[in-house]
Amino acid sequence: MKRTGLLSFLIIFIGIIYILRLFYLQVLDNTFNTPTLNNSAVKVMYDYPERGYVFDRNGILLVANQLSYDIMVIPREVKPMDTIAFCALLKITKEEFIEKIERASRYSTRIPSTFLQQVSKDDYASLQEILYKFKGFYIQKRSLREYPKNSAANVLGYISEVNEAMINNNPKYHLGELIGTAGVEKSYEEVLRGTKGVKFIQRDRFNKEIGSFKNGLYDTLPISGNDITLTIDAVLQQYGEALMANKRGGIVAIEPSTGEILAMVSMPTYDPNLMVGRDRSKNFTKLYLDSVSKPLLDRGLQAQYPPGSPFKVISALVALQENVINTGSSIQCFGGYKYGSGKGSFMRCHCETGGSRVDLNVAIYRSCNSYFATAYRKVIDKFPTPTEGVNVWGKHAESFGLGNYLDNDLSVGQKGNIPNGNLYNKIYPNGRWRSTATISNAIGQGEVLTTPIQLANMTAAIANEGFYYIPHIAKKIKGKPLDKKFTTPIYTTIDKKHFKPVIEGLFDVFENPRGTARGSRVEGLEISGKTGTSENPHGQDHSIFIAFAPKDNPKIAIAVFVENGYWGSRWAGPIATLMIEKYLTGKIGRPLVEESMMKGSIQEEYDKQLK
Amino acid sequence: MRSRKDNIFLGIDWILVLFYFVFIFLGWINIYAATISENQFDLLNFTTEYGKQLIWIGFSIPIILLILMFEAKFYEKYAVIIYVSFLALLAGLFVFGKNINGSTSWYAIGNFSLQPSEFAKAATALAIAKLVSDKMFNLKKLSTQMQALLLLFFPAILIILQPDPGSALVYGAFIFVLYREGLPFYYITVGFIALFLFVITLILGYQVTLISSLVLFICILLYFIFYRPRAFRKGWIKIIGIYLMSALFIFSVDLVFNHVFKQHHRDRFNIILGKTVDMKGVGYNTRQSVTTIASGGFFGKGFLEGERTQGNFVPAQTTDYIFTTVGEEWGFVGSAFVILLFMAFLLRIINRAEQQKAKFSRIYGYSIVAIFFMHFVINIGMVIGLVPTIGIPLPFFSYGGSALWGFTVLLFIFIRLDANKTYEW
Repeated sequence: MKRTGLLSFLIIFIGIIYILRLFYLQVLDNTFNTPTLNNSAVKVMYDYPERGYVFDRNGILLVANQLSYDIMVIPREVKPMDTIAFCALLKITKEEFIEKIERASRYSTRIPSTFLQQVSKDDYASLQEILYKFKGFYIQKRSLREYPKNSAANVLGYISEVNEAMINNNPKYHLGELIGTAGVEKSYEEVLRGTKGVKFIQRDRFNKEIGSFKNGLYDTLPISGNDITLTIDAVLQQYGEALMANKRGGIVAIEPSTGEILAMVSMPTYDPNLMVGRDRSKNFTKLYLDSVSKPLLDRGLQAQYPPGSPFKVISALVALQENVINTGSSIQCFGGYKYGSGKGSFMRCHCETGGSRVDLNVAIYRSCNSYFATAYRKVIDKFPTPTEGVNVWGKHAESFGLGNYLDNDLSVGQKGNIPNGNLYNKIYPNGRWRSTATISNAIGQGEVLTTPIQLANMTAAIANEGFYYIPHIAKKIKGKPLDKKFTTPIYTTIDKKHFKPVIEGLFDVFENPRGTARGSRVEGLEISGKTGTSENPHGQDHSIFIAFAPKDNPKIAIAVFVENGYWGSRWAGPIATLMIEKYLTGKIGRPLVEESMMKGSIQEEYDKQLK
Repeated sequence: MRSRKDNIFLGIDWILVLFYFVFIFLGWINIYAATISENQFDLLNFTTEYGKQLIWIGFSIPIILLILMFEAKFYEKYAVIIYVSFLALLAGLFVFGKNINGSTSWYAIGNFSLQPSEFAKAATALAIAKLVSDKMFNLKKLSTQMQALLLLFFPAILIILQPDPGSALVYGAFIFVLYREGLPFYYITVGFIALFLFVITLILGYQVTLISSLVLFICILLYFIFYRPRAFRKGWIKIIGIYLMSALFIFSVDLVFNHVFKQHHRDRFNIILGKTVDMKGVGYNTRQSVTTIASGGFFGKGFLEGERTQGNFVPAQTTDYIFTTVGEEWGFVGSAFVILLFMAFLLRIINRAEQQKAKFSRIYGYSIVAIFFMHFVINIGMVIGLVPTIGIPLPFFSYGGSALWGFTVLLFIFIRLDANKTYEW
């Protein structure tokens, strides 16, 4: 019967529709189905581990953590109270109190906001006893970075809040978390960070927490970060920073037998403690926007300059290896080298040998341009085309770790530049160029660019007579062996036998009465080194120096670079030898030199550039 | 036969009683799950909703016994008096009523409030049964149709004025009862066409609907002209009349929707029709309930394991949105089971009603099926996002004393009437 059937039909019909709808919602449609631990009803709380400490090679603490205490407030839970006593306790005015409460309420009345940041330890002690009287307020402990030595900011780096791009790339990080963004903090982030603990908390629709989720079944405890011992010698580092005061530039010192970086100074620098806590972003912005002295630029790693005369050592070694000169080959120098018929095709030379025979040894300690230009040209012209010649020459230079990233454990770096044939084919299309077009390469000008750390590494390779270890900053990491690449020697393309005569020349830079660094000689120390003056078209020339000591069994190889420092032995030479003296003997026998370096300033030159 | 009259328990349909207690039980554990928080475990805390519901359940037992005590004849005899006194109670609300959440639907006696509209359904069902079961009553006639409609109109308008339009909507269910008893089918047809046009107009807008219906109308007209010329000549006024009526309706839907409805009513429709996407404001309830149900998955998260329920994400979760708890904690399996249970329950009452010898009992049975059905369709439809937000309880599941007792009365009067059939010849 039709009339009786209608309602039954509708009951069955709608019942089936509802079941299908439920099937769609609960089984087929996954857009609603967020994972259990990742939905709005469960709050994930992280328990942050203590970040690892950083020590220098002798166990001096460089980076530690300080506890900081923030007063938190949940505006909704604040009950009427003795406001005046509370303000007195926190040392704030009533107006500040009202303003802070209002700000917190604007954000949310139910979610905790920071009421007052970084209360001192003493205040914390007294607050802790009495804060229970003030409902809605509580203290949250946080761990902040602390840099006990105001030094090595560029080496240590800093931590900052992760940005959105980092979060998208790495799901381990969440908004508001801290990540190493520079220096060791960045390159050893994984080691230092530790593993955060996680707590799942059940909450209601107001985001109010109402207890632990599933009785803490999924919760984990934090694991502290590992400590790191750096290769840095804090004493030497601080000494280097003192010597470089009021100057711009970088010092990189390496232990040749291991590749460990003993000091890495970049000037101007900043107090690493500026990058901590409340004022971090203000300070960072200030440093970041300082486009004149660029304190955030690590000049030891990132500044690329033409290396100048120290590069002549490479020219000499390549020429020896390619067998176009020998230790006895000599030239005469009459104040320069003419490499073409044009009037401008003349490279001036300051070796002042007055036409006497200049052999390899003299060429090095007098830094004779003509000699190395000749040697360079002989190398290039040995090959059928200059392209091939420059390529072979470049390969030799690159084997010293030049012209490319060092692949080390530092967070920043620059490639520098070692030109190859293709570069000149581009500059001079149709192949119309010859060795003379590239002659400046011979003396470390022209297209050659290096960073101080590359120069220091090159010096270490020379000191080792043909090999180097990749310069690195980590000496020991708790619970983790050092990367194998830092303990495997990398050999240059120059045979060991060719280094001896070159090193003799470098030694004579100090020892020969006419050596270019005679004035920086240190009594009792066998230092080998090379001055350099890097031509600077934008202003005063840069002062450069490389050195290593002792001559036999070298303990330290160093490269010093002083921007606009006139010439090599003016600033870089004394600084380099003082560093060596300090490192090897622990004391300074030349207090006057030391004083003049520490007090000396090139600020005038820098100011000139601003005009 | 008359000797068995004293023992009505023999005539009781125990299957319906079993349904009742299963519903009450399932309802209560879900209220419990929706109320309990981790740090409260005392079962008999009577300040909580599950504790109070336990009291309401406890009191429903004497109510049931009281209902069963009366003679079946009593309900037929006094149907009009019961109906009139409930109309008086509803009217009295405007003088003595207590305003809760914006509607004056409650009588407050101390701490305790009663909602007469929950009981008025039973009174109206009795009155309709009394009216329609009269041998002289013929639903084919317009005047009797009007009598029946007027009888429904009074409680409905009193409830609308409270205002509680959701509860008043339930009275629309009586159209199924009247149809069963002889109301012409075109009432149902017109009803469904109106509903269809209403929804279509809201989705497409009235211009598009008007134009497309005009196209359809011309097609039908051409069909009649060329293939049924005789029928056309006889009925062309009717055909055109129907079209004009529908066009007028479509037009008025737009008018009513945009000018008579309040913004929150429009929002509720727009959310269901997918025209408004505002998940934090007006769409919050629907989104939360749908998300909560969907998060249950196939097997559900388990009893007391629903973190969205625990987090009180769904508003009014113990009352109108109680089904979300079922959906989250018991999953597809549990919620489909509850729906099947309701279907079986409703079909069982229809089955019992059709077997009644007395017309009064049959009509009353039909009335309560229609009422339960209306609550079921609107409540679950709303919770799963198929019906606009209309706040009426899910029978036996939703928290609340008046609702529980109202449904209990509704059901057990029928069980009492049904129990009589075995011996009353």
